[in-house]
Amino acid sequence: MQTRIGRRRLLFGTGGVVAGLGLAGLAGGSARADAAAVEAKIKEIVGDRTVQEGRITLDAPEIAENGNTVPVSVSVDSPMTADDHVQRVHVFADGNPRPDVCTFHFTPKNGEAWASTRIRLAKTQKVYALAEMSDGSVYLTSREVKVTIGGCGG
Amino acid sequence: MLTRRELLQVAVAAAPLLVGFGNVTRALARQRLGQEDILRFEPLGQVTILHITDIHAQLVPLYFREPSVNIGVGEAAGRPPHLTGRDFLAHFGLEAGSPEAYMLTSEDFDALARAYGKVGGLDRIATLVEAVRAERGEDRVLLLDGGDTWQGSWTALRTRGEDMVRAMNLLRPDAMTAHWEFTYGAERVEELIGMLEFPFLAQNVRDTDWEEPVFDGVAYFERGGVKVAVIGQAFPYTPVANPRWMIPQWSFGIREEELQALVREAREQEGAELVVLLSHNGFDVDHKLASRVEGIDVILTGHTHDAMPRPMKVGNTLLVATGSHGKFVSRLDLRVEGGRVVDYAYKLMPVLADAIVPHPEMAKTVTELRAPYAAELSEVVGETEITLYRRGNFNGTMDDVILAALLERREAEIALSPGFRWGASLPSGAPIDREFVYTHTAMTYPQVYRIEMTGAQLKTVMEDVADNLFNPDPYYQQGGDMVRVGGMGYRIDPTAPMGRRIIDMTLLATGEPVDPDRKYVVAGWASVNPDVEGPPVWELVLDYIRDRRVLGGEKVSRVELVRG
Repeated sequence: MQTRIGRRRLLFGTGGVVAGLGLAGLAGGSARADAAAVEAKIKEIVGDRTVQEGRITLDAPEIAENGNTVPVSVSVDSPMTADDHVQRVHVFADGNPRPDVCTFHFTPKNGEAWASTRIRLAKTQKVYALAEMSDGSVYLTSREVKVTIGGCGG
Repeated sequence: MLTRRELLQVAVAAAPLLVGFGNVTRALARQRLGQEDILRFEPLGQVTILHITDIHAQLVPLYFREPSVNIGVGEAAGRPPHLTGRDFLAHFGLEAGSPEAYMLTSEDFDALARAYGKVGGLDRIATLVEAVRAERGEDRVLLLDGGDTWQGSWTALRTRGEDMVRAMNLLRPDAMTAHWEFTYGAERVEELIGMLEFPFLAQNVRDTDWEEPVFDGVAYFERGGVKVAVIGQAFPYTPVANPRWMIPQWSFGIREEELQALVREAREQEGAELVVLLSHNGFDVDHKLASRVEGIDVILTGHTHDAMPRPMKVGNTLLVATGSHGKFVSRLDLRVEGGRVVDYAYKLMPVLADAIVPHPEMAKTVTELRAPYAAELSEVVGETEITLYRRGNFNGTMDDVILAALLERREAEIALSPGFRWGASLPSGAPIDREFVYTHTAMTYPQVYRIEMTGAQLKTVMEDVADNLFNPDPYYQQGGDMVRVGGMGYRIDPTAPMGRRIIDMTLLATGEPVDPDRKYVVAGWASVNPDVEGPPVWELVLDYIRDRRVLGGEKVSRVELVRG
């Protein structure tokens, strides 16, 4: 039996780096964001619109293998037509120096509202994704990502 | 003439009077349960699945005591396998003192170990496997290995996993998955897979650059006219629980959605009528997964070393738990109709070494594989007056030996030892040979470090590990037991949230509370960081035992359980 890595190495060499989209800088003050800071950011974007659940999916590992580069992807259930599409997806984290992580901008030409990047998480925290739709509706989801010291697995 | 039950009672009563492990008790064990009793099974349906898992490279029989503390949290509280001792016996309707009680609980361990003897041994497993294949016909039997097969013995470490690959090629599983296998490093894993004569399956491993599958995720078999899909699930948190630097290009995770897609593909495109997940997730993770992923008929669980005499049903999925260290072989017969399991029969076959005739060819191979190391393995370094074991949520008696060795040999105030679930047991009065010590220590990152840590840092580490064990959501659990601590006592409330579980940390030498701001000299081993310097842990432990000769229970730890 052979592993499949040999073939892949042949095809791709040692591999490159997946480009991140619209990554906001993580620099900033030393103070940690918290749930309240995320809430304030969301309030800033949402205004008096009602935040709904559903339609948006945030995929991230339950436990990060490496807090310095955590793969995160977002997708929104949308036909992506001129009349009905996703305009923006914002990603927040409540345990980093700043709550805003990145914003993905979409147009109907994207075909589907899906994006993937890697983010740095300083510690165990909640990651949020907020979708703004062309009709003005907003959808929110969140997921806890554990950043652990490691070791001791059975 | 004595009935079997009376015979056993005699054995238990007589045990404390017996010195050593004479032929009397062995003869009794043979009368008690024979190979035929172990194999007896009313066959059912078209397909027989045999499952072994977490053998931890134990080629020869050993003692293994099941945990006396195995706490479940959240929904798993009090649910099997989170039952121990008499609660376990009562739940499954088992008799105290029976072979089942010996195999499945820690009750009367010393006495029953004398009566029933050692467990496991790959030559005994081979006998059972061959017998089932002969009875059912090879075309109806699937033998599946859940992984943690290549690590845990001195011979596996010395041959970098090769002895197990050779032995397993003789046993001929139809597929395996993995966890500790990865601690030989990516390059060696690929070499060993190259030597395997059966598939190595892991749907949940992707390369870190392109998120592409590293291994095959699924293999298809036809058994008894049924098309069977076997999907492999490696331990999802390998790069967290074990050194990531050894497998830098491989990313793991549960990958529920990818698994669901694979199950659908197997059923809808490949026409599988039976879907089996060969899993190293750990029991509670698999329990949750079974309620969320549709279309899996059977999950062969592993990793958490649980053994249950009956499968557990979650929705339409059967969960099988086969234990560890070669102590059991599961047999699951299935009747499949219209792509569904309509009936099943199950037996957790106990591998009682004294009751099973060794398979001649496997026995020969095992002897050959061990021959270069036989002299060092059998060297007796001491004896024990107490039962030695590791398995359990908190410090076992063998952990305390390791911690005492670390404290003394590295002149530390506090010692840390990982809560691994592997490592053999010994009944009181038994000699301690080097092989026994290696079953607790043989791994590829054994260096004993010596560092300074503040009380606050120690608390962070303990809270972190406690959350890996007691997070109420199983998807955040890593499946090890609590880190073992020497030189420092503490109290723990498993039901509290992270950051508040560990209380009253006390330096045992002085009885004073651990000061968050003071630095303490800490010795430990099995760091997941690269470039750790220090002697291998087995050297310290062997020297410590040689110095003492007789172990009577090291007083280096204090753990108190509190319920909030």
